Amino acid sequence: MRTLPTYLTELKETPSQTAGPYVHIGMTPNWSGITGVYPEDLGLEVIKDGVKGDRITVNLRIIDGGANPVTDCVVEIWQADAGGIYNSPAEHRGPADPNFVGWGRFPADEDGRLSFETVKPGAVPGPSGTMMAPHITLWIVARGINIGLMTRMYFSDEEAANARDGVLAKARMIGRDKTMIGRREGDTVTFDIYLQGENETAFLDV
Amino acid sequence: MSVTLPNRVEETPAFFARDHAQHPAAFTPGYKSTFLRAPKQALLSFDATLSERTGPAFGHNMLGELDNDLIVNYARPGEQAIGPRIVVHGHILDENARPVPNVLVEFWQANAGGRYRHKKEGYQAPLDPNFGGFGRTVTDDNGYYWFRTVQPGPYPWPNGVNDWRPAHIHFSIFGTGFAQRLISQMYFEGDPMVGICPIVNTIGDKAAIDRLVARLDMNNTIPMDLRAYRFDMVLRGQRSTFFENKREGN
Repeated sequence: MRTLPTYLTELKETPSQTAGPYVHIGMTPNWSGITGVYPEDLGLEVIKDGVKGDRITVNLRIIDGGANPVTDCVVEIWQADAGGIYNSPAEHRGPADPNFVGWGRFPADEDGRLSFETVKPGAVPGPSGTMMAPHITLWIVARGINIGLMTRMYFSDEEAANARDGVLAKARMIGRDKTMIGRREGDTVTFDIYLQGENETAFLDV
Repeated sequence: MSVTLPNRVEETPAFFARDHAQHPAAFTPGYKSTFLRAPKQALLSFDATLSERTGPAFGHNMLGELDNDLIVNYARPGEQAIGPRIVVHGHILDENARPVPNVLVEFWQANAGGRYRHKKEGYQAPLDPNFGGFGRTVTDDNGYYWFRTVQPGPYPWPNGVNDWRPAHIHFSIFGTGFAQRLISQMYFEGDPMVGICPIVNTIGDKAAIDRLVARLDMNNTIPMDLRAYRFDMVLRGQRSTFFENKREGN
């Protein structure tokens, strides 16, 4: 049903630009001390009371190529619920847990750290009927980052599923799969993201 | 929870591969902050899965009445922000030129003097007590958005010895999938600072830079009130779903 000429129907994506050092003004204004405009910042809660699943606290740290904490970044997360369903209008497999939001937005502190409460996501179908190992997608923006960096955090207590995961297999081929695995201890998962250098995290082009 | 997938299940379409020639590289030496923040390894490329094809949604009901009016959303009662009054408007489309309805658009900017309301900002131009510098809206059924504000001023920044940002407004846009997530900046038609800005010039393609420049729109300018700037943005397109990979049992 293409009736328009291609120059009207084939556009180019708007180019990315850095979020800059003052990204908090627009994305987390209350956190940055500008109150009274929005009742609260968006994305503070990934889950609501009554959510189903295995509750965890995720502790992230973002580090640059000079081993400095990245203190001015904002990280957004996106994940499936405990049953592996996304809370999204684009999800065609059925409704997610009504107490599950699935998206969050968190500014780093002065040590480049941030943390959030969530549930461990269920497995989600990948290509050709395979199942992907449980993972949380992360998107990082900051001064000095020209286009948002996307990666995934997998879980150290999912060794068997991780061994079968197609994205981790790609990372393994270049020796970087371990950079995508969060360390689970009890109800806490610890994940360090290195933007550059020896331990550089594998970032995605999807 | 196990999900049974019948044959001919409705699919979530994938996105066009991102054309990196339209975007800045991670490492762009003219913009010095990229030296320690640019990954040096290749990105892992794969066709987006459900994890990237889906994304969060935000309803119109989350918006406050003044969320898209920066002239008054931080002002004291009866007062307004100081500066050239403008409205910025346009459509959010995808690469197939289809409108992207009901998606969140957020924006933030300096005041008319080039000063941001941020604790780490030390530029000597004063804060405007009636200007916060941020707002948000959700596109309508036609992918259209608009907001009212004051035109931001240029400001100096510590990069080169004498670098100044052009007047600009930051944008954050959601699509229907997390792979469409985009942050960018809007510049103003005719601003001589655009061509010499190291951040603008992280983009190698002049035509791509030109698409970040909002056009003065006299047709929608309101006489004796405010000028209009037109700024359309494009998110990644979605493939038609001819055939997805066959699932087991098909």
